[in-house]
Amino acid sequence: MSFHPDLPYATAFQESDRKLSPEGEAFSFTPEQRQKFEELASHYPPEQRKSAIIYALFMVQDRIGYLSAAGMRHVAEVIGCTPADVEDVATYYAMFYKQPVGKYVVQVCRTLSCALKGAERVTEEIANHLHIAPGGTDASKTFTLLEVECLGACDRAPVVMVNDGWHECLKPEDAVKLLETIKASGEAGLSGCVHAVEGK
Amino acid sequence: MEPVLIPHVREPNSFTLDSYLTHQGYEGLKKALTMTPEAIIDAVKASGLRGRGGAGFPTGLKWQFVDKKVNKPRYICCNADESEPGTFKDHLLMERNPHLLIEGCAIGCYAIGSTVAYIYIRGEFLHVQHILERAIAEAYKAGHLGKNIYGSGFDCDVFVHRGAGAYEAGEETALIESLEGKRAQPRIKPPFPASAGLYNCPTAVNNVETLCNVPPIITRGVEWYTSVGPEKNGGPKLFCVSGHVNTPGVFEADMHVTVRQLIYDYAGGIANGRQLKAVIPGGSSVPILLPSQIDVAASFDALQKAGTLLGSAGMIVMDDTTCMVWVAKNLLHFYRHESCGKCTPCREGGDWLYKILDKIERGEGTMKDIDLLLSVSDNIAGKTLCAFGDAAATPVLTTVKQFRAEYEAHVKEGRCTCPADWRARTPVGAH
Repeated sequence: MSFHPDLPYATAFQESDRKLSPEGEAFSFTPEQRQKFEELASHYPPEQRKSAIIYALFMVQDRIGYLSAAGMRHVAEVIGCTPADVEDVATYYAMFYKQPVGKYVVQVCRTLSCALKGAERVTEEIANHLHIAPGGTDASKTFTLLEVECLGACDRAPVVMVNDGWHECLKPEDAVKLLETIKASGEAGLSGCVHAVEGK
Repeated sequence: MEPVLIPHVREPNSFTLDSYLTHQGYEGLKKALTMTPEAIIDAVKASGLRGRGGAGFPTGLKWQFVDKKVNKPRYICCNADESEPGTFKDHLLMERNPHLLIEGCAIGCYAIGSTVAYIYIRGEFLHVQHILERAIAEAYKAGHLGKNIYGSGFDCDVFVHRGAGAYEAGEETALIESLEGKRAQPRIKPPFPASAGLYNCPTAVNNVETLCNVPPIITRGVEWYTSVGPEKNGGPKLFCVSGHVNTPGVFEADMHVTVRQLIYDYAGGIANGRQLKAVIPGGSSVPILLPSQIDVAASFDALQKAGTLLGSAGMIVMDDTTCMVWVAKNLLHFYRHESCGKCTPCREGGDWLYKILDKIERGEGTMKDIDLLLSVSDNIAGKTLCAFGDAAATPVLTTVKQFRAEYEAHVKEGRCTCPADWRARTPVGAH
């Protein structure tokens, strides 16, 4: 059925791709992580611990690579809210993975400034090389390819973010080389974040 | 004009306290603490400083509106969720001159009677966050932050709060929601943050560049500030130029500078010897300018008069090989993805627009689809809680208005009529 007379509604695209997170292994913060979390939570008024939820979720993700159901329940316990509250937040933000991902998550900026400089071709090169579509993980679970929206470094387009590290000015023809470098030397192969500033 | 916001950013270690101190660092805060909070707000009002995040609202007024009577804590939230396509000035400021922002936060706190500022930084800027946190630690150690700053009795804490990837968190009430540990969705206004913001307390939300403009106002004085740039558009401004130009980058200038100068003088002109086709002057959410319209000052008022907006001053330059239907489709992919989903017109309409644009770009559209685009856009703009809806409709309305022939050519020829070099190599439908 269609809510707009000229549009096919409720067709494939609208189908929810939301899946419950896998249960994962039993999870709790290490004492160091817990201490780190309490330090971050102390930045907010004592009754507003939930403000630190994004930090807590990143701590889960940094350790196991994604947000498992067990991990999210632990965050709920630590903060003192319900698991539904945690899932509410976790499902909203683009940087949280609800399913396991590869060791390196290659995030190609696809928004206009990068696209004008050939970001679509960068994605294409990587996808062809790894034999995966954007959103997929290669067979060896080394790389996950994602297309992301504007990363805010448009003067160094096209920009690629690998896990938390940045690679700027990636020419489409160098994309495969970048993957090989990461495979060999990890995130050390990235170009980092260097803005061009004209001192006029 | 002599750079004020980014004077030393090309020097190594420009982000350190030592380097900042050689450029009048923390002199603004020292002077501010000898003034009354009211005098600071008056100075900022008299300077005419307008918010650099996009709306151009006078900062002094925003601070004056913060409710001082209610017996609750007050907060400064610095909006460092820089996500507007084509905008990367705050990125540079925090990466190369973080102490300027910290000083601005402290002066802002003193002015509105707050003791805490939160800098909400987008999750993707983790490397910038590390630089900022290091600078904050330096500032505490040297006594520019913390308890009883310079013996004045004024306490100030600055904390960095990390986001996790949401364009909508740049909207001020959505930013507050996100800071409270919720989904970044806008609130119904009123009440405005000035009376009920973070934790329901009076709050001022200011952009990074706005707060960075405050120390120079205090150090150099209101008269100097208003003398830089045109009337009511005073002060130094950062412009981001990206896309098809020879030397994309962040450029500091006063707002007398024209769009033409920014493209051809500052950013080195159009790359590969091509011709300018269009420029979006203020991030992706504002109407485009044609080559015949670029002899206009890049100021809030002049651009508004020219039918567009300065917005975040993120200029995206496109050369004559650019397909405007593809541009609209690219931007609607962005808005469809980033819509927070709270208001139906934006959530559903953004998706409709993207699908229709995709259909036209693939050469499968009809003439009726072009009018359908306008009808859907019209049903989004002005019908949502925040400005996101208008922003999402703008790329469609402006490209159809200026380049309708290109849309019609897609329909008539059943293909994209001006693919760029690299896009021409793959058949239509594959790109």
